[in-house]
Amino acid sequence: MTFETGVFYFFSTILLLSAIAVITIRNPVQAALFLVLSFFTASAIWMLLEAEFLAITLVLVYVGAVMVLFLFVVMMLDINLVRLREGFWRYLPLGGLIALLLVIEMALVLGARNFGLSHFALPGGHGAGYSNTAALGMQLYTTYVYPFEVAAVILLVAIVAAIALTMRRRKGTKYQNPSSQISVQRASRVRLVKMESEKPSVAADVKG
Amino acid sequence: MTFELPNLMPMLPEMALLAMTCFILIFDLFIQDENRSVTFVLAQIAVFVTAGCIVGTSGPSVSLFGDMFTRDAMADVLKLMICLSVEIMFIYSSTYLKLRGLFKGEYFVLTLFAMMGMMILVSAGHFLTLYLGLELMALSFYAMIALDRDNARATEAAMKYFVLGALASGLLLYGMSMLYGVTGSLDIARVALAIDSGQVAIGAPLVFGLVFVVAGLAFKIGAVPFHMWIPDVYEGAPTPIALFIGTAPKFAAFAFFMRLLIGGLHGLVGDWQQMLVVMSVLSIVVGNVTAIAQTNFKRMLAYSTISHMGFVLLGILSGNVAGYSSAMYYMAVYVIMSLGAFGMVLLLSRAGFESDMLDDFKGLNQRSPWYAFMLLLVMFAMAGVPPTVGFYAKFAVLQAALQAGYVWLTVLAVLFSVVGAFYYLRIVKLMYFDEPQQLAPIAPRMDVRLIMSLNGLAMLVLGLMPQSLMSLCTYSIMHSF
Repeated sequence: MTFETGVFYFFSTILLLSAIAVITIRNPVQAALFLVLSFFTASAIWMLLEAEFLAITLVLVYVGAVMVLFLFVVMMLDINLVRLREGFWRYLPLGGLIALLLVIEMALVLGARNFGLSHFALPGGHGAGYSNTAALGMQLYTTYVYPFEVAAVILLVAIVAAIALTMRRRKGTKYQNPSSQISVQRASRVRLVKMESEKPSVAADVKG
Repeated sequence: MTFELPNLMPMLPEMALLAMTCFILIFDLFIQDENRSVTFVLAQIAVFVTAGCIVGTSGPSVSLFGDMFTRDAMADVLKLMICLSVEIMFIYSSTYLKLRGLFKGEYFVLTLFAMMGMMILVSAGHFLTLYLGLELMALSFYAMIALDRDNARATEAAMKYFVLGALASGLLLYGMSMLYGVTGSLDIARVALAIDSGQVAIGAPLVFGLVFVVAGLAFKIGAVPFHMWIPDVYEGAPTPIALFIGTAPKFAAFAFFMRLLIGGLHGLVGDWQQMLVVMSVLSIVVGNVTAIAQTNFKRMLAYSTISHMGFVLLGILSGNVAGYSSAMYYMAVYVIMSLGAFGMVLLLSRAGFESDMLDDFKGLNQRSPWYAFMLLLVMFAMAGVPPTVGFYAKFAVLQAALQAGYVWLTVLAVLFSVVGAFYYLRIVKLMYFDEPQQLAPIAPRMDVRLIMSLNGLAMLVLGLMPQSLMSLCTYSIMHSF
């Protein structure tokens, strides 16, 4: 067993255990943290496959942004776990059976018999100067520019949809209008009142 | 590495649509609520310009960016049909939306984005663009169903559609990844080449991927046993959105089937034929039998859709050009019928009244003989009564299945379309022989009146002269595969 294989098994074990923990553990915050752990180990495995850019993006985007947001949601919302678990035992036999069948099928199909090294050549590694990110960028903006643009449109639709579904203009909300704020004249805010200066009162005199 | 930007002229329709949609998105922000009709007109112009670009730039088949964008006769014809059905949907839906406060810029923008997704899907020659087009379309739909935020049923329908749609996308992607793993390419033409040339042994991994892909596809068109979302979405969604989901995307789904199964996996025809046979039989049986029990018109139409999709699958599984073109013809006819049926629900609805129960159609003949006659034509077409177009569509599909040797399947389909005739004719009975419960006058706008009349009469005219549309379908299939 080479060093790399050892590292692979090390990370895969953690990945599998933490993935199982995500769905079995009862506390949602702990489950989210286990998901973070599984993202980290998955990115380590990608690193082993020399996909540095993807590995870094996984950590940055999923761990750094998505999961933090998710933790916030979990903490903010009062999720009734008992209601979520309702019907678990009722659906378990059928769901379990289908899951088992799928696992057996996948084990039969996806093994080394069909996808082993005898069918596919071992991909060669790259030299130390090879930049994964540059290669991805090259592909993304040339060969794959069309799907890249379509993906951009999908994100635009997501923005439009999110705003359309969540923005409410409530009646009577107070908000600032910057344009009227900056176009304000002195006269409309400050009223100068001319008045005679007064003599200090007797009480102030006594104190002084 | 050298990369040369291809001539982008064949993509002009999509680019024009994107540019106009983005313009409408921004322009709409500066429009007051009472002038929203300007957006409405702009959206219609966008559809017309897109259709014009399709006609103007049509030519021989071309592929851009590898095979990611394919423009052939089938793509052009389907895109034009999509444009036409979106335009008709706009006309039918405007009054309904205005009365319910849904006549907003987002509605038009999301519709146009969904239309763009369909066009990308229709033109896709690569797993990546197939999937992206599908997601662009589906994402717009999820949002559109939930657009009426305070309506609990619409939100529930959107949630169901979203969750099940995500599941189906997962199945589809898993299948695609399997096909990629075996053939080593995401390009549909190269996948076909790898399979046909015998470079890849047809074994368990390939069929395993195929099963997942077919399941994902079946979900998208709503064939049994992947049909659960259709009745809930049709019933829960606002009627114009249900009309939209029930019409134009079916063309995209048809193209999806053709590109993936016939274009890419024709080498596995024996394997997917069996799956389609099972789904087709179940769809025709379950759809027609369950529709009888419905009291909601939209829900009934949902089950009727399921049975119609069974007929379309019947055409596809025949595995020859006649079968494919009859399936395409059936899809076109189905969309025209659906437009008519949903359009009638919209036409009869008014403020605070949906007109989506079967009882709401009682005595329609006494209220308006002309619209009752139009709906009668649509219902006859759905049941497949000659001389309406529905008869010819069913006939063409059944003929193709018979030629492919599926005698028992044909007999079964005929038997269950007789069962299906019951609930279509029940509508006719309610309209002509029952006393009306609703007495409000029916006074739609002029354009709705015109389009509804054309839509109803199309059932008759296309039924009497089926050859023109049929030869268009045959031509586009012949020149694309």
